[in-house]
Amino acid sequence: MVSFVMNKGYCTHNMFTYIKYFLIILGSISLYFTPLHAKDYDYINISNPFIKKTPVAVTQFKAFNGHSVEVQDGRDAKNILIKALDFTGYLRTMNPAAFLSNPAQSGIQLGQINFQDWTAVGAELLITGGIVETQGNVKLKLRLFDTFNTKLLVGKVYTGPRSQIKKMIHLFCSEISYKLTGKWGIFNSEIAFISTVQGKKEVFTCDFDGSNIKQITFHKSICLSPSWSFDRKWLAYVSYARGNPKIFIKNIKEKRGAIVNHKGMNISPDWMPGKLKLAGALSFSGDQEIYLLTIKGEIIKRVTKSWGIDVSPSFSPDGKKIVFTTKRSGTPQVYLKDIEGGRVQRLTFKGDNNTSPAWSPDGKKIAYVGIEKNAINIFVMDIDTKMPVQLTMNAGDNEDPSWSPDGSMLTFTSNRKGVSRLFVMNVSGSDQRQLLRLKGRQSQPDWSMSKKR
Amino acid sequence: MNKKVWINLVMAILVAGLFLTVACAKKTIVTEATTIENQGNQTQTDAQTVAQAEADRIAQQNLEDQMAQEKALKDSKIQAAKKRFENQDIHFAYDSSQLSSMAKTLLQEKAAWLKANYSRAAIIEGHCDDRGTTEYNLALGERRASAAKAYLINLGVSAARLSTISYGEEQPLDSSKTEQAFRKNRRAHFAID
Repeated sequence: MVSFVMNKGYCTHNMFTYIKYFLIILGSISLYFTPLHAKDYDYINISNPFIKKTPVAVTQFKAFNGHSVEVQDGRDAKNILIKALDFTGYLRTMNPAAFLSNPAQSGIQLGQINFQDWTAVGAELLITGGIVETQGNVKLKLRLFDTFNTKLLVGKVYTGPRSQIKKMIHLFCSEISYKLTGKWGIFNSEIAFISTVQGKKEVFTCDFDGSNIKQITFHKSICLSPSWSFDRKWLAYVSYARGNPKIFIKNIKEKRGAIVNHKGMNISPDWMPGKLKLAGALSFSGDQEIYLLTIKGEIIKRVTKSWGIDVSPSFSPDGKKIVFTTKRSGTPQVYLKDIEGGRVQRLTFKGDNNTSPAWSPDGKKIAYVGIEKNAINIFVMDIDTKMPVQLTMNAGDNEDPSWSPDGSMLTFTSNRKGVSRLFVMNVSGSDQRQLLRLKGRQSQPDWSMSKKR
Repeated sequence: MNKKVWINLVMAILVAGLFLTVACAKKTIVTEATTIENQGNQTQTDAQTVAQAEADRIAQQNLEDQMAQEKALKDSKIQAAKKRFENQDIHFAYDSSQLSSMAKTLLQEKAAWLKANYSRAAIIEGHCDDRGTTEYNLALGERRASAAKAYLINLGVSAARLSTISYGEEQPLDSSKTEQAFRKNRRAHFAID
């Protein structure tokens, strides 16, 4: 009874958010629901740098009507799902050649699965899918099973036009992520970045997997340092479109915004998590200092008070502290500062050039760029121990680290293939690969938050 | 200015000389008018006059050429000084915005140019090599431009005529990854507004 009531509440909530964010998708229904307790999301600890990828079997989708369009869409949906799961640093989809049974024929529901067939081939997780397609509308029935505990972990039905299949699959992936890691994951996130267009630098965005590339600015000038607001409605970036570098605060959907336009430079914007405020480095005082700004660009307060370069603020997840680059000790180093209390702490001690800090979403780590003997590489340090771990090496220059919203991955810039390109890697430094292919040179990726649901 | 006066003076003397010569020739004609040889003499004198006129013309031409040359030389010197002002970048050490003695010498020359050309304003651009990150280099580039500006102000150039902009590592002169390229790129560049 309790389970039923909660189930109902959960459905309503899902329906509400889907309608809010994905109007096209008519609704989703929880096929099954386990009351949430903390243990539920301990399947995978993505903060563990020595994570072993969990093998997951993704089976052929059952085509309920069996017509050719439905079969083809089912195949496409399955491939989108496999691609998305393999993008993560913690799941590994298995080769179907090894599978002992085919749920598309024997049944995709809990009672119809022979879990021994799956544990026998080493699948720790199993995903079954079904598709019902009539007149361009599809219904996707998707289930995630724990094979060893013979239990349904996530069951969802998504309904909508067939053009939205990819979105439906990514919504299901977010559910999988939440179930396995306790976080909504990356499937619903975007990456803002800079790319050259005919020698000029413009702001672009793409989906988490490098698809769906869109050009956002058309200043025909130099744009730099894009940053997402927590609600993903705003982008702040630096542009030379009006003389000296200024911070542009732009609403993505509507044609409105503000420009931070003080004398000198207005650079390195970073939005505060959970609030529509941002930090930036301004030099109107004759010295570059970090300031807290309103969404209209008004100064709330000066955060740093030290002669010399202070740039590149990155907020802690609670918005109460920043890490930043400063030259106060003679060389550029990463420091941490309380915005209110004013306590300052140096974090990097190794090498004479450490810059571009990025605070991890769990608040425990800082990714940054270190230069040693002209080699530019990405490091991650634990704030408590201050022990740096080098993530990139012997592969060109690597810069601009930005965390995925679940903290399991980093996106960054690398020129290892000659020209500057966007890359992603797992937080351990494994699986370094190019994110997207686009004309020109790309740099300065900023990974958005995930839409919370 | 002095040169012009001098040139005018030379011109005046030359023109006066021309008149005097003609006057002398006329005198000769009067005294020897009756002799037969006078006819020939007359012709000779005419030839002399023509030659003299031609010589004067050539002298005049040479003078004009010389003046044009001097003007061109002066113009090219002005142009060269302007070019030098714009093309001579000052360079910096790695991760530094301190002015070297070489940089100071160049800045003194630039200050002299700015003082001689008091109607012109200058934009000082700060640039960096591509080591270090984009944002840090924007800040470093600004400090390089500001250091150059402060030095020029100390040499008596009005601050109102000097503006700065930092391009960080956005506009390298040489994109190769060599120490030589890095050195070239760490610079303050001067543009005439």
